Amino acid sequence: MNYTEQVMDHFMNPRNVGEIENASGVGTVGNAKCGDIMKIYIKVKDNIIEDVKFKTFGCGAAIATSSKATEMVKGMTIDEALTVTNKMVAEALGGLPPVKIHCSVLAEEALRAAIQDYKDKLARGENPDEVPSVEPEEIQYV
Amino acid sequence: MERIYMDNAATTRVTEPVMAAMQPYFCEVFGNPMSIHGFGREARKAVENARRQVADALKADPSEIYFTGCGTESDNWAVRGTAYAQIRKGKHLITSAIEHHAIIHTCAQLEKEGFEVTYLPVDEFGVVDLVALEKAIRPDTTLISIMSANNEVGTIQPIEEIGRIAKAHNVLFHTDAVQAIGSVEFDVKKMNIDMLSMSGHKFHAPKGVGALYIRKGVRPQRLIHGGEQERGQRAGTENVASIIGLGKAIEIATANIPRHNAEVSAVRDRLIDRILREIPYTRLNGHRTQRLPGNCNISFEFIEGESMLLGLDLKGIAASTGSACASGSLDPSHVLLAMGLPHEIAHGSLRLSLCEENTLEQADKVVDALIEVVNRLRSLSPLYDDFIAAQKANKA
Ligand code: FES
Repeated sequence: MNYTEQVMDHFMNPRNVGEIENASGVGTVGNAKCGDIMKIYIKVKDNIIEDVKFKTFGCGAAIATSSKATEMVKGMTIDEALTVTNKMVAEALGGLPPVKIHCSVLAEEALRAAIQDYKDKLARGENPDEVPSVEPEEIQYV
Repeated sequence: MERIYMDNAATTRVTEPVMAAMQPYFCEVFGNPMSIHGFGREARKAVENARRQVADALKADPSEIYFTGCGTESDNWAVRGTAYAQIRKGKHLITSAIEHHAIIHTCAQLEKEGFEVTYLPVDEFGVVDLVALEKAIRPDTTLISIMSANNEVGTIQPIEEIGRIAKAHNVLFHTDAVQAIGSVEFDVKKMNIDMLSMSGHKFHAPKGVGALYIRKGVRPQRLIHGGEQERGQRAGTENVASIIGLGKAIEIATANIPRHNAEVSAVRDRLIDRILREIPYTRLNGHRTQRLPGNCNISFEFIEGESMLLGLDLKGIAASTGSACASGSLDPSHVLLAMGLPHEIAHGSLRLSLCEENTLEQADKVVDALIEVVNRLRSLSPLYDDFIAAQKANKA
């Protein structure tokens, strides 16, 4: 497999693995192509992503891109985080084999879903850190 | 780091005796076997010796052995060649849902060309349904092509019975024996096999050489046109050195199949037993006993196969998977799906395939490494969390 050193590094030593209790937002998405699943948790304080964690069921590229994406958005404002694209994540890893680009899409979508969850809570007038995120009945496949 | 190779179903190494047998046929004996002079005659003699070695391994006559470029070519020739040679009898072929792509994709192409193909189902262990086979045969059926043993899960098919059924209905029978040579005893006459494909690099000959056994009297249309090589049936200058390698390799591989099977399956069973016992949420894919001695295919729940391969690779261990993520096409293995395995189980499948050089010590090292890899990947998996949480909730 032709993964870059950065990909292998993030695969072997993934950053930000885990869950966040009382997360401000949680995003779970699945990969429509191969069926993989990614889950990202964010903790937001003063509009800044203070902490972010992930869990991934998927290939090496899926694990590495979720790790890299969480690393990139940590410390960003919500708006900054929303500008992070799958392409940027892939580039930061020194590129991905063409057949693996869709795995990085999963990372972008999971992050967006987590932010959306956070925003939805705010829109409902809830305190995002107190109201638990509702797990989707059906995983959204992208 | 000691590297451990357990991907022998993908390819094997050329062993020293095979290499030694081939050695003279590069620099010294280099004649074209089609030439009449002494240089040519030497090469011809060696090629014919290899042909006899292959014939002996199958209990066939040397005149029934044709050398090809690979197993895929042999499969293409047998299926396509027979489909067209028998077009006056009919345009219906029968194969199985778990064949190698060399057969499946050839059949798919023939369907585009106006042929009809029945893909026989298999049971949960990967055994072809013989009742369905009998039912599928029609007056216009010209060929039954069923593999001898499956490359992914190692299930050995009831070849003799299929041969009997084919003969009873007067339909030609081809078997893709690419994975089976050296593990299954062949007697092509007794087993009513009309054509049989093999590939050298699966049993320690080099890549780029294969053979097709064609029973006397059977005449698939030729695929490759040109010179008069292989008695006019397969043009192209003989790959002399590789043919010699194939001959030597099959002689070694079939010298004592029962002993080979006993030794290799001891290592396989160590793998299977330890993995199933020591790693929870695992299942064996394929048949427990009707199985190639070198095949261990196990699914690990909650994790994905490509990431397992990478984890093992970093520990110097070579394996393979049926996961969609590793397939290039992003489709999960058609074999595992045909056996009725759910997508998630196919996703976490791992194949370790052995040859007689793998040892019990290696098996132990691989299981130890696998335990680490699986634990780590499960600790990353949201599915595993959900599962454990659900289990706790159930207990409470
Ligand atoms: S997540 Fe399946 S290919 Fe990457």
